[in-house]
Amino acid sequence: MKQWRFEISNRADFPDVHGNGVLEDIRELGITSVENVHSTKVFLIDADIDQEFAERLAQELLTDMVYQEYRIGRVDIPAGPSELTVVEVHLKSGVTDPVARSVVMAIRDMGKEVEMVRTARKYVLFGNINETDRDVITRRVLANDCIEDVIYGSDSEPPSPHTKPYELKITEVPIRDLDEDGLMAISKEKDMFLNLIEMQTIQQHYKQIAREPSDIELEMIAQTWSEHCVHKTLKSSVDMDCNGEHIQFDNLLKETVFKATQDLNKDWCISVFADNAGVIDFDEDSAICFKVETHNHPSALDPYGGAATGIGGVIRDPMGTGLGAKPIANTDVFCFAPPDKQLNEIPKGVLHPRRVMKGVVAGVRDYGNRMGIPTVNGAIYFDDRYIANPLVFCGNLGIMDKDKCFGDPSIGDLIMVVGGKTGRDGIHGATFSSGQMTHEHEDIFSHAVQIGDAIVEKKALDTLLQANVANLYDAITDCGAGGLSSAVGEMGEKLGAEVEMDMIPLKYAGLSYTEIWISEAQERMVISVKPENVEAISKIFAAEDVEATVIGHFTGDKKLTLKYNGQQVGQLDMQFLHEGICKYSRKAVWKSKKLAEPTIEKKDNYNDDLKAIFSSYNVASKEWVIRQYDHEVQGSSVIKPLAGVSNDGPGDAAVIRPKYDKDKGVAMSCGMNPMYGDIDPYWMAMAGIDEAIRNLICVGGRPDRIALLDNYCWGDCTKPETLGTLVRASQACYDGAMAFSAPFISGKDSLNNEFLCDDGTEIAIPATLLISAISLVDDINLCVTMDAKKPGNLLFVVGLTKNELGGSHYYKVNGQLGANVPVVDLTVAPQTAKQIHEAIAAGLVESCHDCSEGGLAVALGEMAFAGELGIDADLRGVAVSDDCTRADTILFSESNTRYIIEVKPENYDALAKLMLNLPFGQVGEVTESKRLVIKDADRNTVIDADIAELKEAWQKPLNWQ
Amino acid sequence: MMEQVKAIVLRAAGINCDLETVHALELAGAQAQRVHINRMIENPKMLDQYQIMVFPGGFSYGDDVAAGKILANQIVHHLADAIKKFVNDGKLVLGICNGFQVLVKTGILPGLSVGTGSACNPGLQDQPVSIIDNDSGKFMDRWSYLQCGTDKCVFIDPSSRIYLPIAHGEGKVVTKTPEILKRLSNQGHVAFRYVDADGNTGKYPTNPNGSMDDIAGLTDSTGRVLGLMPHPERFVRMTQHPHWTRLERKGAGDGMMLFDNAVKYVKENF
Repeated sequence: MKQWRFEISNRADFPDVHGNGVLEDIRELGITSVENVHSTKVFLIDADIDQEFAERLAQELLTDMVYQEYRIGRVDIPAGPSELTVVEVHLKSGVTDPVARSVVMAIRDMGKEVEMVRTARKYVLFGNINETDRDVITRRVLANDCIEDVIYGSDSEPPSPHTKPYELKITEVPIRDLDEDGLMAISKEKDMFLNLIEMQTIQQHYKQIAREPSDIELEMIAQTWSEHCVHKTLKSSVDMDCNGEHIQFDNLLKETVFKATQDLNKDWCISVFADNAGVIDFDEDSAICFKVETHNHPSALDPYGGAATGIGGVIRDPMGTGLGAKPIANTDVFCFAPPDKQLNEIPKGVLHPRRVMKGVVAGVRDYGNRMGIPTVNGAIYFDDRYIANPLVFCGNLGIMDKDKCFGDPSIGDLIMVVGGKTGRDGIHGATFSSGQMTHEHEDIFSHAVQIGDAIVEKKALDTLLQANVANLYDAITDCGAGGLSSAVGEMGEKLGAEVEMDMIPLKYAGLSYTEIWISEAQERMVISVKPENVEAISKIFAAEDVEATVIGHFTGDKKLTLKYNGQQVGQLDMQFLHEGICKYSRKAVWKSKKLAEPTIEKKDNYNDDLKAIFSSYNVASKEWVIRQYDHEVQGSSVIKPLAGVSNDGPGDAAVIRPKYDKDKGVAMSCGMNPMYGDIDPYWMAMAGIDEAIRNLICVGGRPDRIALLDNYCWGDCTKPETLGTLVRASQACYDGAMAFSAPFISGKDSLNNEFLCDDGTEIAIPATLLISAISLVDDINLCVTMDAKKPGNLLFVVGLTKNELGGSHYYKVNGQLGANVPVVDLTVAPQTAKQIHEAIAAGLVESCHDCSEGGLAVALGEMAFAGELGIDADLRGVAVSDDCTRADTILFSESNTRYIIEVKPENYDALAKLMLNLPFGQVGEVTESKRLVIKDADRNTVIDADIAELKEAWQKPLNWQ
Repeated sequence: MMEQVKAIVLRAAGINCDLETVHALELAGAQAQRVHINRMIENPKMLDQYQIMVFPGGFSYGDDVAAGKILANQIVHHLADAIKKFVNDGKLVLGICNGFQVLVKTGILPGLSVGTGSACNPGLQDQPVSIIDNDSGKFMDRWSYLQCGTDKCVFIDPSSRIYLPIAHGEGKVVTKTPEILKRLSNQGHVAFRYVDADGNTGKYPTNPNGSMDDIAGLTDSTGRVLGLMPHPERFVRMTQHPHWTRLERKGAGDGMMLFDNAVKYVKENF
C-alpha cells in the first residue's frame, strides 16, 4: 500500500502563528542563533488512492486553500544562502492521535477507506544553529520525549507506527521463599513503590493461600495500596510530639478533617468522603458535588498533557459520583517556581518554570474549553521550591438529581467500560505519583504520562447523561489512578467481579493483560448495567459513536477473577485487596520555630512598596491565564473571575447560576498561603480556610452552607518533621471547620513532592494546603463585586488589623519572613462572615473585597483601579490592635477576617447598626480623583498614587503575549 | 402568521453550546430541539419541520485539522442538498462561533450572490473566505462591542451596537483576495464589526483576533443566513453582563436581538 505524504503550511502573506510562537519560546531559552521558524503540518496517509483523489484530499480536507498551500510529498529545502535545520516531530507508536482519527472519519465521509493516518509537525529553523542548541530547542520547545520521537533532516524516515502483537503468557512471580532483600528487589523492579512491611503482608497472604502470585495480582495490589489510592499517611496512626507535648492519633484523617464533618453532622450533606466527589444539597430537586484533585507528577514531566488529563480526570469525578452528575464549573490552582528563573538555576531533569506554566495553562485550556465547562475560579502561587515539583490542582463542580446521589451495583449486573479505549498510556501512574521524583524520572517514567482527548470524554458525557435520565445503569465510576483495576475493584468490592480482559477495547495491539488492567488511559468510565438494559443503553452509545463494551459481571463470590481468552490469569480476594493493607504508624514532630520580626526603617511614603507588592508574582494579575479559559460557556457565570469597568479587576469568588429557570446560585472560591506555613502550618491552614470563606462571603455566598475541600501537597511524610507540619495543618482544619460550621466534604492528598537532584541534593515543596470552598447564593441578583462603584460612597473596614506581617508580601518584597503569622479569632471570624452576609443580603453593600496578600493597601488599590475611581483613605478609621501603630503595619498587615465594604452614605446608619459588635471603622470614601490617597494617624500622606500606575504595576509581570 | 416557530439546534461530537442556544431560542418564543448530526444524516427530511436552524458553538470533532473543518466536510458530503433546500425555502440559518466556522468552511457563507439567484451552494472547493488562528495564537475569552454593518440581515436591527462575549482560538476572518474583502463590504455581507464602546474600529483588543476589516460576523446574499464569532446566547439576561453589578439597566441581554428577530421574521413570513 502506498504511503502518501502531505505537507501543509501557511502562504507567505499570512503569519505563521505557530512558528512565531515557537520562535518566541526559543528566544526565551536564551538562544539567539535562530532567526526564524517555519512550521509545517505533515499528514502521512496509507491508502489505496490515486493522485487525483490525493489532490482532492489536500484541497478539500487537509489544506485551507484561503491561506495555506500544500505539497504532496516532501517540500524541497528552501534555496538560498541561509543555513537551516529541519526537525520533524512524530508521536511515539501507540500515543493517541485525535487528529488522525478525525481525518480517517472525514475521508470515509468522502467515500474512501484508508489503512492508517498519522500526523506530524515539521519545523525549519533558520540560522546557524549548533548541535547543542538544536538538542536543547528540540527537548525544551519542540517535542516531549515522553510521547514524541524526533527526526532530523529531510531524508530521515519517520518512526514505525506499528506495535507488536501480544501472545498470552501467564507469569507467576515466586515470592513465598524470598528474604527481605528479595521482596524489596521485586517491589523496586516492578515499580510497585511498596515498602518491606507491605511486601511481607503480601508474602504472608500467599503463604496462607499456598500459591505464588501472578504478575497481574501483584500489580493490582500495588495500585490499590499505593499512597495515591489509599492515603496511607493521612489514615495512619500518628505519634506526635508537639513542642514536647505528646499527642496520639489512631487515624489522623478520621480524627481531624473528617471528624469535623461528623461532629457538625449537617443535614444538607448528602455524601461525604465516600464517593468520587462530596455531595451537598442545592435545592429541592438537585444536589451539587465538588472535587479537587492534583496532577503534579505527570505535569512535571509533560506540563501540557499532565494538566489536560488533570482537568479531564477531575471532570470524571462528578461524572462518576452517585449515578453521575453534569459538570458545571471548573477551578484550577497552580504552584510554580517564578517564571523568570535563569537557565543555570534549573536542575537536571527539570523543565523551566515558564515552560511548565505555559504548558499547564494550555493543557487546562484545551481540555476544559473543549468539554464546554466554564473555568471560573483559580489561583497561581509562586515559590522557588516548586521548581521540580509544580503543583496542578484541578477541580470540578457538578449538579445532579437528588434521587440519584447513590449508585448500587447488584450481583449479575454486567460491567461495561464506556468512552476511551485502553492503551499503554499512564501505566504505573498511581504508584509513580506516590514516590519521590528524581532527575531520571523523565526517562524512566515516560510511560506514566497520560494523553488526553477531550472530545472522547465529551461524547461519553453527552451519552451517559441520556442513559442516566433513562435509568439504564445502577452504578458508575471513573477510571482514574489504577485504571480498570481500581474502578472495577472498588465498584465490586462488596460483591466480587469477573472480567474478560480480552473484551476490553484497545487502541492498538500488543498490550499484555497486566498492561490492560492497570493502564491509566483517559476518558474511560465504568458502569454497572442490568442484563435487560444492555441493549437499550448500548443503543444510546452507538447512536453517537461512543465506544461501550461489556467486559464482565459482578459475581457475589467476593473475589476478583481476571481472565484472558478464557484462561484465568489472576484471582484476588476482595477483602485482602481492600482491607489487607497493614496499618501504619508514623512519628511526627513539631517544634515552634524561633523566628524574629525584622527591623524595617519607617518611611514617609510607601508608594514603592505598594507597587512592588502589586508587581510580585503572587499578587499580580492573572488575566493572561484567565482569558485563555472559557468562563462564559453554559451561559451560567454570574460573577466572573474578572470584575470592574474594564472587566479586569481581581474578583474574589465566582458565582454560577446552574439552572436556566432559577436565580439560585453556587459560589466557588479558594484559599492558600504556603508562606505562612514557613512560620506555622497551623495558621497557614487556618488562613486558607478564612480566606476561602471570606471570598465566598464577599460575593454574597451564604455563611451557613459552606462546604470545604482539602488538598494536601506535602513532601516526604516519612520524615517526622514533615509529617509534623501536616498534623499541624490537619488540626487547624478541624478547628476551622468547627468554628465556621463548614464541613469538609471531600479531599485528596499528594505526598512525596520532593525531587532528588543529580548532585544528591533534595528539593521539597513547602507544605501546601489548598482549601476550596463552595456555598449557595439564594438570589444571584443580590451578588456583589469588588470594584469601587461610585464617588461619594463610604468605605469601611470590618475586622481587626493586628501587627501580623509574618509571611506577608510586604516582608517578602523587603527580603524578610518575620514571625507574627496572621492568626484567626475563631469566635469573631464566623460572626463577621455572618454579619457581612446580612449586610449584603439587605442590599446595603455596593462593593465588598477582602484583605489578603498585601493587606489593606493592596485591597483598596484593587477596588480603586477595578472601579476606575479614586479612594481617599485615613488609617485612623481602621480598627487596630494595640501593637499595631506604624503606618506600614496597618497598610500591609495580612491579618485575617477583614473585609472592605463600600456603602452609600444614606445606608451608613443601617450598616453601622448591623456591625455594632464587630471591630469596624470608616476608612475613607470613593472619589473621582483616580488616585489612591492614604493618610496615616498623623495626617501624613503615606500613599498617593495614580490608579493607572498601580494597575500597570499589577498587570505587567504576567502580561505575556 | 405562524403560531409556533420551530428551531433545530445541531449537536455533534464536541459541540458544547447547544443547551444555552436552545434556552435563548425558547426565551424568544421558539420551540427548539437539539438533534444529533447522525440523526439528521439518517433522515435529512426532518429539516422540513423547522424554520430556524442553528449551528451552535463548541469544538466539533475537537477542531481537528482546522476549526469546524471535519463537521463541514461531513455536512457537505451528507447534508448539502437538505441545507440548500432549507435556505432556498426562505428559512433562517444561524451559526455561532464554531457554527460560523462550519458555515464558512462549507462555503454556505458568505454565499456571494451569483447573478440574481441565492448562492447557497455547499462545497469544499474555491472558498473565498476562511476563519483562522487568532493573531495572538491563543484562545481568548473577552467581551467585545459589535457594530452592525448591514441593513439586509433579518437577524439584526440595522445600526445597532451590541456587547457580546467572544471565546475562540480561531476567529480571524480572512479572504482569499483583497477583491473578495471589498465585495463583502460593498454588497452588505458584513453583519458585524468589532468596535470599541464608542463605535470606532481599532487594533487589539478592540479587534480581538486580527480579523480583516474587523469582521466579526457575515451574512449571505439573502440576509437569512448569519454567522458570527461572538456568542449571543451567552448574553440573554443582564446578570450575564461582565459588570452588571455596576449597571442600572434591567431587562434582556443584547444577544436576544438575534433570536427575537429570527422568531419575529418566521412568524411574519411563514
